[in-house]
Amino acid sequence: MMQKKAIQGKKHATNLVETIMLSLFKDTFTSQVKTLYQVFMHAFVKADTVEYPEEQPYMFPRWRGRIILSRDPDGEERCVACNLCACACPVDCIALQKAETEDGRWYPEFFRINFSRCIMCGFCEEACPTNAIQLTPDFEMAEYIRQDMVWEKEDLLINGTGKYHDYNFYRVAGMAIKGKGKGMAQNEAPPVNVKSLLP
Amino acid sequence: MAKIVIDGKTYEVNPANNLLQECLSQGLDLPYFCWHPCMGSVGACRQCAVKQFRNAEDTKGALVMACMTPANDGAIISIEDPQAQKFRAQVIESLMISHPHDCPVCEEGGECHLQDMTQMSGHNYRRYDKKKVTHNNQYLGPFINHEMNRCITCYRCVRFYDDYAGGTDLSAQASHHHVYFGRHEEGVLESEFSGNLVEVCPTGVFTDKVFSEHYSRKWDLQTAPSVCVGCAVGCNTTPGERYGSLRRIVNRYNSEVNGYFLCDRGRFGFEFVNSDERIREAQHVVNGSSSPLTDAQVKSVFAELKSAQAIGIGSPRASNEANYALRCLVGEENFYAGMSAAEFDCVQLHIQLARDPAFHIPSVREIEQADAVLILGEDVTNVAPRIALALRQSVRNKAKELAAACKIPQWQDAAVRELAQRQNSPLCVLSPYATRLDDIASDCVIDSYAVLTNVAYAIASAIAPAAPEAKPARERAELVQRVAAQLLSARRPLIIAGSSGGAVMLRAAANIAKALQGSRHSPVDLCILAQEVNSVGLGMLAGSGQNLSAALARIARGAESRAIVLENDLFLRAEHGAVAAAIDKLEQLVVVDHIATATTQRADYLVPSTAFSEHEATYINYEGRAQLSYQVNRCHSQAQPAWRWLHTQSDMHVANLVDRCAAEAAGFAGLQAVLPDTSQFIAGMKIPRQSHRYSGRTAMKANLNVHEPKQAVDTESPMAFSMEGIPSQKNASILGAAWAPQWNSNQSISKFQAEVNGELKQGSVGALLLQKQAASGGFFSHDLLARPASNDGLQLAIAYQIFGSDELSARSPAIRERMTAPYISLSPADARSRGLAQGDEVAIADTKFTATVCIRSRMQDGTAALYCGANEIDQFSLPTQVELSKTGFNSARGMRGLIVSDLHEEGY
Repeated sequence: MMQKKAIQGKKHATNLVETIMLSLFKDTFTSQVKTLYQVFMHAFVKADTVEYPEEQPYMFPRWRGRIILSRDPDGEERCVACNLCACACPVDCIALQKAETEDGRWYPEFFRINFSRCIMCGFCEEACPTNAIQLTPDFEMAEYIRQDMVWEKEDLLINGTGKYHDYNFYRVAGMAIKGKGKGMAQNEAPPVNVKSLLP
Repeated sequence: MAKIVIDGKTYEVNPANNLLQECLSQGLDLPYFCWHPCMGSVGACRQCAVKQFRNAEDTKGALVMACMTPANDGAIISIEDPQAQKFRAQVIESLMISHPHDCPVCEEGGECHLQDMTQMSGHNYRRYDKKKVTHNNQYLGPFINHEMNRCITCYRCVRFYDDYAGGTDLSAQASHHHVYFGRHEEGVLESEFSGNLVEVCPTGVFTDKVFSEHYSRKWDLQTAPSVCVGCAVGCNTTPGERYGSLRRIVNRYNSEVNGYFLCDRGRFGFEFVNSDERIREAQHVVNGSSSPLTDAQVKSVFAELKSAQAIGIGSPRASNEANYALRCLVGEENFYAGMSAAEFDCVQLHIQLARDPAFHIPSVREIEQADAVLILGEDVTNVAPRIALALRQSVRNKAKELAAACKIPQWQDAAVRELAQRQNSPLCVLSPYATRLDDIASDCVIDSYAVLTNVAYAIASAIAPAAPEAKPARERAELVQRVAAQLLSARRPLIIAGSSGGAVMLRAAANIAKALQGSRHSPVDLCILAQEVNSVGLGMLAGSGQNLSAALARIARGAESRAIVLENDLFLRAEHGAVAAAIDKLEQLVVVDHIATATTQRADYLVPSTAFSEHEATYINYEGRAQLSYQVNRCHSQAQPAWRWLHTQSDMHVANLVDRCAAEAAGFAGLQAVLPDTSQFIAGMKIPRQSHRYSGRTAMKANLNVHEPKQAVDTESPMAFSMEGIPSQKNASILGAAWAPQWNSNQSISKFQAEVNGELKQGSVGALLLQKQAASGGFFSHDLLARPASNDGLQLAIAYQIFGSDELSARSPAIRERMTAPYISLSPADARSRGLAQGDEVAIADTKFTATVCIRSRMQDGTAALYCGANEIDQFSLPTQVELSKTGFNSARGMRGLIVSDLHEEGY
């Protein structure tokens, strides 16, 4: 009884091996041929790569590349030197110093980005409460000398509004600047007359 | 002790406190605005609402304001109850309705209590779309910026400024949503404590103007625990540095010394550190032309001086380490205290009295507990301003007593004030001119020092007949009896004196305290004010009689031809002529200092030392409390700590020097207790001076070199010049800046206190060095000042100004704006008889010095008080009795910036 069962098992195993070998051979063969065919056919597909730098790729507006400092719609510097970008920066590559104009506007006396450290994460743009610091689709920033990757405010400041066209921080903020006194910002009532008894 | 249940957990609490205090003391987060640990509760902001349940079965509960509810035994409350949480969120939403959209351009941003509390209560979107209320700002002087739009009407500013600090020129105006906090008209805030508004205001209505001029966020400042060098109180501060310059000073809590508040001299007087007048390189000056010296050359100069006999003149504004190193270099017999003979006598007497078991030198907190105060001849507001603020609290003890009798808790601020009206504990001021404390004084005696001393001796003999007798003028006899009775009946009387009145006045003060002690059989509080940050430390190091006059006399005799002057302008301490003559006689004058003075201009060798924020050092305050001040920033010049120049050993550290000073210098035993216990530090790691949010590390110096330099290593202290290490969450005495999760403002200090407004978790900070000696001295004999020989001249007293009398802070631009030109105070009768009008310029005696006439209605006839400006008048060259001659009317100099209560209006 035992002997009979063993013989049956052996026969069953031989059949299994044969089946697997056969299907493997079949699959491999068809796959090889299929691959060869696909590679061959790819020769007639339109290329995904472009001949950079002769041909420039289309960069999406929200691509995170070279950082700029923008101006508000009135052409004034948007940066108010609040330091939030520097605080958000994970590699600590932004340094600035607050100063104040005679008009009462805050601005950075210097604004420095060490692009050799920058990882283009965009946290600075997210942190910026005035839309001043923005990442642009420009990525061509390679330099032969590392020192040249340190950009100052003169290098960063552009003459436009960048991606956000309408926002002007001082029109919203309560702080008075020359030309916009107390109560003249959006959604503000005229200053209170503390000597008045009226409700 | 009572037991209360907060959110299902039982806590042991002090039933004398309110629920908010106890929640914070237990380390729980509960938002609040109007409550302040020093100012009690008024329940104005409704922010600290919690749910209180009547008993364990009560599930409904009722909302109560935690700050207005006592922590009674068995109270069951919930902070996390949804209704309480929603209520708090709605309160903050309504407070924020008119808050301007200007956090990015607000100096408070990042350390704003309002930001913290808004985050904590979860409000993040302004649903209200109607117009915001706006306000015009005011010019409030060189210290404070005003931005009224940010106000949330918590009333903390006026409660501090008017109720706590006794100011009169800041008030709440208008009503309902128009409430305005400002002056009746634009102008300088007069209080000497106006700077505290910056920290008291939970948002950015009052911000630090000096800081704003070179602003950095709190997280960007490199900070370390420091000690104020403005006066002898030794308030604890946290200076902040960025990009190599010192940016600001904020208060650092010390329960025994300054508590939550600083004076404006301490807060705004630091800018001498950034001054152009700093000495940056060592120079050898020969016939007016100077040549630079290398470190090695400077060392060899000192090595030479060590072998040769040289005189060393120490300084009350230099640290113990610097003075001790100088004493080691020149030898004890050649070491002189750089103080005038009169002041040195006072300091020696000060130390002697502090060691006398009959007296107790009270800390600032203990001064607040006095219920009868006698001030003898000292203008406390201008000499030790923080103590004046403490005295303003001491007079409220009457109110607290009355409240206790009516079972009103002490934290019920409005109720306690309402109950007491204007009833104060007695405070008697004896002064040569009306002082800024006169508004709270029950009695004032304004007269010459000779008369004041007489009155003081008379008070002593009225208390104890054994004391030397003195006969006051008949009209003062009643006052003497009254003051004596007040002191005798007080629970904790306090006598305050200082060096302004001279050693005679100190002895009179000691006699009064001694007389009181005889009837009490316990030490009596005797507060003696020294002039400068380390006057007491220097007095302990110098031998008796080793004052500046002695040194000058020794040089004039030609006994010594070389001298080292340590961080001291000798022209401030003795008659100009005598100092100049002595310097001329010297062959070699070596001056170690960090700032240019009249003395450094005369130096043959000029050696740059570091200023207070650039080195680690210990200072000893008026009560003999040694305190350690850590280095905040590095000095990027040749300057080194003075002790390092003076010490010939090269491997010296502050810690070894402190140990050696404690072991070798008499009276300094126990100094090493101020050094931090480094064994407590986690994994032996250093404590960072920079916050975990410190920014710009890889960009701040990238303009110089894109390859960042290695972080500087601090070999002196357990603190690091970087973000590396672990900030101690338990020990606030060695903490870069107070910060706790969710608490970015200075209010986070409650997380480091064992109990709100109590001691820090690690206990009291500092080591009291002046140990009591066994025997107590007897009464001092009667040594009245000589009466004036004739009535021709005016009896002259020297007046002090908080802004100007301190040499270093007077270099700060903001302080300079508040300084006045030299003036001389006269009574109206004296001015009339001399044909002088308000604002006239007069020559004093026969000297070349001139001052502006300031006629004050409360001056005593026949006396004058002269303010010498920033050493514009040589006070040591003046006789005690002067005559004045008019040289012209000078409206330009005037008395700009002078704040006195009794300016005579007539004819002005």
